[in-house]
Amino acid sequence: MLKTVLIANRGEIACRVMRTAKAMGMRTIAIYSDADANALHVKEADEAWHIGPATAAQSYLRADKILAVALASKADCIHPGYGFLSENADFVAACQAKNIIFIGPDVPAIEQMGSKSAAKIIMTEAGIPLVPGYHGTSQDDALLQYEADQIGYPLLIKAVAGGGGKGMRVVDRPEDFLTHLAGARREGLASFGNSDVLIEKYLIAPRHVEVQVFCDRHGHGVYLGDRDCSAQRRHQKVIEEAPAPSLSDDLRQKMGTTAVEAAQAIDYVGAGTVEFLLDSNGGYYFMEMNTRLQVEHPVTEMVTGVDLVAWQFKVAAGQPLPLTQEQVCLQGHSFEARIYAEDPTQDFQPSTGHIGHLRTPKQDATIRIDTGVGQDDEISPFYDPMIAKLIVWAPNREEALAKLDIALQDYHLEGIHTNIDFLRRLAKLQDFQDAKLHTNIIDQHQDYLLSPSLQNEQVILAMAGLVLGTQAYKTYGDCAGLRLNMPRISLALRAQYLGKNCVITTHTLGKVGPHSLVLDYAGSLHKAGFCLMGDQLSLFTPQGKAVVSLKIPKIGDFLDNNDHNTGQITAPMNGCLIACLVTPGISVVAGDALMVVEAMKMEHTIVAPSDGVIGEIYFKVGDLVDADAQLLDLQES
Amino acid sequence: MATLSSSINTQSEAFKLKSDAMQVLVDDLQQQVAKLQLGGGESYQAKHLSRGKMLPRHRIDALLDQGSPFLEVGQLAAHQVYDMAVPSAGIICGVGLVNGRHCMVIANDATVKGGTYFPLTVKKHLRAQDIALQNNLPCIYLVDSGGANLPQQDEVFPDKLHFGRIFYNQATMSSQGIPQIAVVMGSCTAGGAYVPAMADESIIVKQQGTIFLAGPPLVKAATGEEVSAEELGGADTHCRVSGVADHYAQSDEHALLIARQCISNCPKTAGNPLLRRPSSLPRYSSEQIYGVVGTDLRKPFDVRDVIARVVDDSAFDEFKALYGTTLVCGFSHIDGYPVGIVANNGVLFSESAQKGAHFIELCCQRQIPLVFLQNITGFMVGKKYEAQGIAKHGAKMVMAVACAKVPKFTIIIGGSYGAGNYGMCGRAFEPNFLWMWPNSRISVMGGEQAAGVLTQVKRDQLAARGEAFSDADEKSMREPVLQQYEHQGHPYYASARLWDDGIIDPKDTRSVLSVALATALNKPAQDTRFGVFRM
Repeated sequence: MLKTVLIANRGEIACRVMRTAKAMGMRTIAIYSDADANALHVKEADEAWHIGPATAAQSYLRADKILAVALASKADCIHPGYGFLSENADFVAACQAKNIIFIGPDVPAIEQMGSKSAAKIIMTEAGIPLVPGYHGTSQDDALLQYEADQIGYPLLIKAVAGGGGKGMRVVDRPEDFLTHLAGARREGLASFGNSDVLIEKYLIAPRHVEVQVFCDRHGHGVYLGDRDCSAQRRHQKVIEEAPAPSLSDDLRQKMGTTAVEAAQAIDYVGAGTVEFLLDSNGGYYFMEMNTRLQVEHPVTEMVTGVDLVAWQFKVAAGQPLPLTQEQVCLQGHSFEARIYAEDPTQDFQPSTGHIGHLRTPKQDATIRIDTGVGQDDEISPFYDPMIAKLIVWAPNREEALAKLDIALQDYHLEGIHTNIDFLRRLAKLQDFQDAKLHTNIIDQHQDYLLSPSLQNEQVILAMAGLVLGTQAYKTYGDCAGLRLNMPRISLALRAQYLGKNCVITTHTLGKVGPHSLVLDYAGSLHKAGFCLMGDQLSLFTPQGKAVVSLKIPKIGDFLDNNDHNTGQITAPMNGCLIACLVTPGISVVAGDALMVVEAMKMEHTIVAPSDGVIGEIYFKVGDLVDADAQLLDLQES
Repeated sequence: MATLSSSINTQSEAFKLKSDAMQVLVDDLQQQVAKLQLGGGESYQAKHLSRGKMLPRHRIDALLDQGSPFLEVGQLAAHQVYDMAVPSAGIICGVGLVNGRHCMVIANDATVKGGTYFPLTVKKHLRAQDIALQNNLPCIYLVDSGGANLPQQDEVFPDKLHFGRIFYNQATMSSQGIPQIAVVMGSCTAGGAYVPAMADESIIVKQQGTIFLAGPPLVKAATGEEVSAEELGGADTHCRVSGVADHYAQSDEHALLIARQCISNCPKTAGNPLLRRPSSLPRYSSEQIYGVVGTDLRKPFDVRDVIARVVDDSAFDEFKALYGTTLVCGFSHIDGYPVGIVANNGVLFSESAQKGAHFIELCCQRQIPLVFLQNITGFMVGKKYEAQGIAKHGAKMVMAVACAKVPKFTIIIGGSYGAGNYGMCGRAFEPNFLWMWPNSRISVMGGEQAAGVLTQVKRDQLAARGEAFSDADEKSMREPVLQQYEHQGHPYYASARLWDDGIIDPKDTRSVLSVALATALNKPAQDTRFGVFRM
């Protein structure tokens, strides 16, 4: 039996692994970077060890430091979570060398599957269908361009060591190939330390279906059903579900057994996921195998009743799988919605900041929240923007989807942008409800998915009047707005709602609690959650979030605006400057790329807003930049 | 604490009649006040607005914190005093919160005779400054005035409590660390120029505010120099050249924000540390006061029925309940603030006066603010009472009231006659605030009594000469006296002359006292030293 586990990860997955480890009576060791000193996973662990600066390369990717902590803390095993070192064969080898059990497969399996190219060759040999593509080792630009042209467009460039959408680019036209190649290489190198790529035909509107497999060291292998993860934006999954809907039993079984065969072909041990693409004709193609626990594993747990992390610990300890294939039984339907710190209306740009308000739906046997953040946590620019997962279960898909929407409605988060309303829209999308799933479903329906929530403006303003009127009452009691021998005066707060100027006046009908209200308006009651942070009132109504910004007059509003400098180019968010494409004195035209800032592993290209000449450049590559920091000077020509 | 249980039957015919009668008075009061909103009239207001200026009440609303109460002072000042209407005496004064701090706001209304100072304008301005001084409140002057009203110069300029006193007050308050902020939002001519000049910090609105000792016409007459008002004393001149003003504002709204900023830059000084406890409403609705009191001063009511409708949870711990019963004294809370209440329940006897003096001493000893509910015909007269020494016992109470240094608040809820006014903290005894209810009357004695005294004296004079005093003669003598006392004793007459700080709706008594208590606590607690009590 394992006694002490070091979790070589952060965020929700670190917390999730700890939960099972603690339930199994294990001591839990967390590691943390400078940015995570106050993070939830640090608070929940029995011990927490600092391992370095904020950037992952100097902390969560530092195998040497992590191993040193494991030894010092007398950990007998390391759980890698997903991402970071979870599929790093060198790290696994280093663990073995120190006699620390790595919770996952052995080195050869990781090596074979870790390179997407190598994996495809093995699968070809095992007779498993593959998408046409180039998986060769040569990385010569011209050769890759040639292969790409042979495969035809659109196509995908993927970092061979990639995953989670990082280092993956869709190329629509031959002339764009080299630009995207450079980007994929840069992301591959930054995220996985490997710039090699492979090329694949880009299937139009395929489904992404994956099979959860589990193998032990006693020759047993089972599959624990399948998952559909087709709903993706920027190649990252958004809502996953189990089981994958509307598959024939025949196809389901064929994919399941194929997946187990694939795993056993490489002597796989532990939890793994075999990903397939399904085309509209019922064809299925092996895409890749992930040799780790997946982000979306909870949906499988909800329908199978299996704790996959517990199985990982048992298998790692040398025990046989607790269930045979015949004993695996699926019940009901489960969805997982990934809550990202991002702004869907700004091309899903990651959002950093302080979580000033957090209220979550009540958890029970059918609603589960895996989260790595709490109220008052900071979302830093250094890591993945996924901050929580909301998982629901119901006897069937329709009910589960309805439950997902209700639970998301009760998920109130303010201080950063989130995709919660976007997720609710997706859950209500007719095609999604009808299970007409494919990997372009979000792009296809983005106008609907990104349109603002349909609120009753009068009700929203009355809610604001109720909340703010109640605040005034708290401050002044019965004397609020007192004017001698005249009617008491109402609040008259200037505000903006949906970009329109309005005035908030006191509304007295209704009740206001600390975080929720019931408004009595025009003869009916309207409920909402709310939070008031500074000048911003956020209302969480059944229709979604509505934000009323108070425009309290400020002295600064009256200053002369003549000095406004349009030549300043600023960072869109906190991040790291990873490329500077210009030098002082050169001329640029509007739209030219100037710099690349990376935040939360996403690249943001800064383009010239107008024609001009580059003046001073204030940062160098590798510098961390704050949101709105002036990056360079562009003098209009 | 003991809870007052009120036995008033709110369904009774008598209650309803009294309530309706009071409602008529309150309605009239509100109508009078509604007219004041129009300032110098709609055409003057329209002209004022067309210049991009805000109306004075809107300026105050914009200056104060959102939701802040505004405790206006002297609302009905100059009401029917001059042969022309001078609403609110052309100046709006009151206490409100600016960045959480109680401030005295003094705002000229330029739509009323150009904001010039009538005698009562001066008196009101000085009263507002008195309140600021007594309660340690920063002053914010929203200046928009042509200065002294020249036709009445003899009534506004030369005396001790005339125009010059405004600047004396500014100087002395400043010397005591009470911030003086002036916002020049219009004319500020001649003597008026000293309001911003004497202020700790001054703000001026461009194209609107002007400060000069002599305006362009006078300059031209004196020296022949031709100069525009803006050039002579506008914002640019005073912010960039003369240094008479400190802050340059783009507009009224901007200027008011700067004034808020000025206040936020004045560190709040320690006030009275009196502890406030959580507030609770009275058990009986404040509106029932109408039906308890009514409007006929000859009909007595138990003042405890009023107290039960004003204080927290109607809780009142009475002091010496069985002694000197015509004066009700006791401890209570109003909106969480501890108070000692002294209330008339009949004519003052020696016992009640001694009890009152005792209770006032208690409150001073314990730093408890005093609330006087005044409804008093006077001290008892007659041979027996004089022999008991009612004069010296009354003097004890007057001594106690005069010397008490705790915050004092007086509300005249009925009659206020004679020496009773003194013992119950009338205007001369410097309560922090004094208000009247619309049903109340104030005079040296009741009209009936005055007429009685005057006719008796006349009758005696005539009798001495052996002449008769017919009933018709007596009636013709009584009537004018009764009319005069009714006219001059009316709260509108009193309020117009600033004998009080305003007339309040009886049901607002609790809220008004709450704001006033909070205001008064800005002044650090002071120890009381009493004079010689005649024993």
